[in-house]
Amino acid sequence: MADPILLTPTPAGLYCPAGDFYIDPVRATPRALITHGHADHARAGHGSVLATRQTLDIMALRYGENFCETRQIAKYGEGINVNGVEVTFHPAGHVLGSAQICVCDGKKRIVVSGDYKREQDPTCPPFEPIRCDIFISEATFALPVFRHPDSRREVGKLLSSLALFPERAHLLGAYSLGKAQRMMALVREAGWDKPIWIHGAVEKITDYYIREGVDLGEIRKVTAADRPKLAGEIVLCPPSAIQDLWSRKFPDPVAAFASGWMRVRARARQRGVELPLIVSDHADWDDLCATIRETQCSELWVTHGEADALAHWASTIGLRAKPLHLVGYGDEEEAASDEAAA
Amino acid sequence: MNRFAELLDRVAFEHSRNGKLRLMADFFRNTPDPDRGWALAAITGALTFRHAKPAIIRQLIAERTDPVLFAMSYDYVGDLSETVALLWPAPDAASVGHNRPPAPTLTEIIELLDETPKADMPVALGSLLDQLDETGRWALLKLITGGLRVGASARLAKTALASLGDLEPNAIEEVWPGLAPPYLDLFAWAEGRAPRPVTSDPAPFHAPMLAHAIEEADLAALDPKDFVAEWKWDGIRVQAVVGHDAEGQRVGRLYSRTGDDISAAFPDVMEALCADAFGDAAIDGELLVVRAGKVDSFGALQQRLNRKKVDVKLVAEYPAHVRAYDLLSEAGEDLRTLTFSERRARLENFIATRRPARFDLSARVAFQSWDDIARYRRDPASAGAGEEAPAIEGLMLKHADSIYTPGRPKGPWWKWKRDPFTVDAVLMYAQRGHGKRSSFYSDYTFGCWREGAQGDELVPVGKAYFGFTDAELKQLDKWVRDHTTNRFGPVREVEANRTIGLVLEIAFEGVQRSTRHKSGVAMRFPRVARIRWDKPSREADRLEALEALIGERKQMSG
Ligand SMILES: [Zn+2]
Ligand SMILES: [Zn+2]
Repeated sequence: MADPILLTPTPAGLYCPAGDFYIDPVRATPRALITHGHADHARAGHGSVLATRQTLDIMALRYGENFCETRQIAKYGEGINVNGVEVTFHPAGHVLGSAQICVCDGKKRIVVSGDYKREQDPTCPPFEPIRCDIFISEATFALPVFRHPDSRREVGKLLSSLALFPERAHLLGAYSLGKAQRMMALVREAGWDKPIWIHGAVEKITDYYIREGVDLGEIRKVTAADRPKLAGEIVLCPPSAIQDLWSRKFPDPVAAFASGWMRVRARARQRGVELPLIVSDHADWDDLCATIRETQCSELWVTHGEADALAHWASTIGLRAKPLHLVGYGDEEEAASDEAAA
Repeated sequence: MNRFAELLDRVAFEHSRNGKLRLMADFFRNTPDPDRGWALAAITGALTFRHAKPAIIRQLIAERTDPVLFAMSYDYVGDLSETVALLWPAPDAASVGHNRPPAPTLTEIIELLDETPKADMPVALGSLLDQLDETGRWALLKLITGGLRVGASARLAKTALASLGDLEPNAIEEVWPGLAPPYLDLFAWAEGRAPRPVTSDPAPFHAPMLAHAIEEADLAALDPKDFVAEWKWDGIRVQAVVGHDAEGQRVGRLYSRTGDDISAAFPDVMEALCADAFGDAAIDGELLVVRAGKVDSFGALQQRLNRKKVDVKLVAEYPAHVRAYDLLSEAGEDLRTLTFSERRARLENFIATRRPARFDLSARVAFQSWDDIARYRRDPASAGAGEEAPAIEGLMLKHADSIYTPGRPKGPWWKWKRDPFTVDAVLMYAQRGHGKRSSFYSDYTFGCWREGAQGDELVPVGKAYFGFTDAELKQLDKWVRDHTTNRFGPVREVEANRTIGLVLEIAFEGVQRSTRHKSGVAMRFPRVARIRWDKPSREADRLEALEALIGERKQMSG
């Protein structure tokens, strides 16, 4: 008898026939397991949702309390039986509450990575490599040109620019869930003790991080009257706000942007960024490769991003590899710009 | 090297001129000799590496990476140096850590590249790349492939250097041609620690004197008797300098207005300059193409500009010529402290007695009143310019008593340009600007009507990003946001059809044929003269109106 299929890609997302659930589905489904709160993975309108408490909280903050019919909390490391299939959530190191989901039918073990990174992050628990038969990885930065530098060095660039241009406001674009708070924490680690100013679109999630015990120091929301006075200050905002009407009132603003995409100069130039900071919440090429080896998987599936390059590499080390090209992921930024507009 | 690389990287992204200046000055202040001098040489384009070539880089990366991953990466990044810099595998973990030697300095790198024979270059370059970080590798690769365009001109770097002390940028320009990297004496002078470096250049560049623009209304305040008028030719401003070095060898150079040595591109002018008839002298003049005794259009001159190699056929077809209007030195005597009239007499005598080939005198335009000048400006042919009138772009008015002052002093010299051409065009696309303007749609692509398959259609004819006031920019920005039909990244397509569309009156200096543009024409120096809120889009001009102007220099009627 052939192995029953444990997980299979469908237009709605990864589906488990035995357990009758989807993981990070891109359309409304009766039962969804959610890896983390970014809008491309966590959508409203499902029947029941199983996710970490923090992911559920973030979904409620973004979509309202009625984002689904019923919800269930998954604790890191605790096995949960879903229609006879055992699922376990493990930290993914991506954003607060983010998880990999391990699916096991007693014979085969598959780990769905969700989005993940390996670099240390003061705002969320670190990624744990899980041994499995099939590893289903993201591949946002899966080209060997993406090697993220030490994030402390990148923050150093921001602080030296502030020292050189004390008369200019430094607008720091960062995705409002995760990256913004991580940047605040990194700036604090680097010794910045002035208040950090934030755009309204970053406020809700930042407050939530603080309530969850992440120490970010003094945070102030920018009002229209503050804007002309913020020379020499750091202002966190969604990436799209840098080029928005909103940015005009700041004194001679320096446009900074914290993102893995800033590694490629043409990308930074295209967005009019003056101070690109290469800080990413996704694994870079070396970390993707290292992680795949650590899982000791014999088969690699790649969900979204530069799937062909990663699959090619995996085949050169003897793994069976297949790019799934799932549609609907990787547009966290789009989601962030929607927020900024709202 | 890594610090220099960081500077280049930051300067390339910085939008404001002042910001770039501050970054460079900060670097010069905090970087020791001789590294900062080599950095200055790199930024001003004073370095070349004979043996380090792109082919070596391709070979090095091919030896170190999977070809499929390289191809995917190059395709994604789109720039060879940057792809290689990012892709370069980090050296073995064993060599990383506190035992690793410090990254090489810029000085060490330049010495190494200079001394390494061709056969050893791959190994030497590979080891350098191993020792640098990603930004360092990127800068090194850009440096050796000659692609180090950092968004900072040589002029800006010299201005940053001048700001270390209280020098004028022009003072740096004056001594620059006689100096060589790493410029220790220059930095010492800029920082006030040493006297002005002695230049040994027998044919130095002289920082040029420039004119301010003037309008008709301003003329009333000036006395016509004080001024000398000359035509303003549509070429490029040059300086032709000849001198003798310590060994008695003749040295001739042709400089651009910014002090770049452009001798190599103009062998025809250089031949005249180095002939015996031409004594030691520095002539300020306009470089033009003269065919059959007549000045040709700027388009003809452009055939000779910005070329790496001299094309013998082009030289014959577009012979270059210098129209002289000032004499800055003669036989070792600095004439710049004389008055214009005195220098002019010396110049006339120089041209008349030496009769140098390919040089002639810029004619004086006789006049009695400003009304005469206004008339000549409208119709140069009537004032003796004859067939050369199309190559005239206005008049120069020089105070007879003016001494030659580098820079743009207000008062002694004026330029009164002829009216620009204008065309009414329809706004088609708008793009976000840079820096302070990054939140505004401030770069406008506009089009004119032409006959298409389905009746009249708009075809883009040019792009303008200035000419409007801040208040108008806000109005334009709002109009773009309210009439967007499509977005492509930073670009918005706006409504532009026979019923809806915004008409812009575009001023420009000329039209050339262009195979690179869909419309077949390219405008020189287009800018927004007026926003025609009142004008229906279907009444904007047709492409034929622009085509009729190709090669034309006269004022467009209507
Ligand atoms: Zn994510
Ligand atoms: Zn994602």
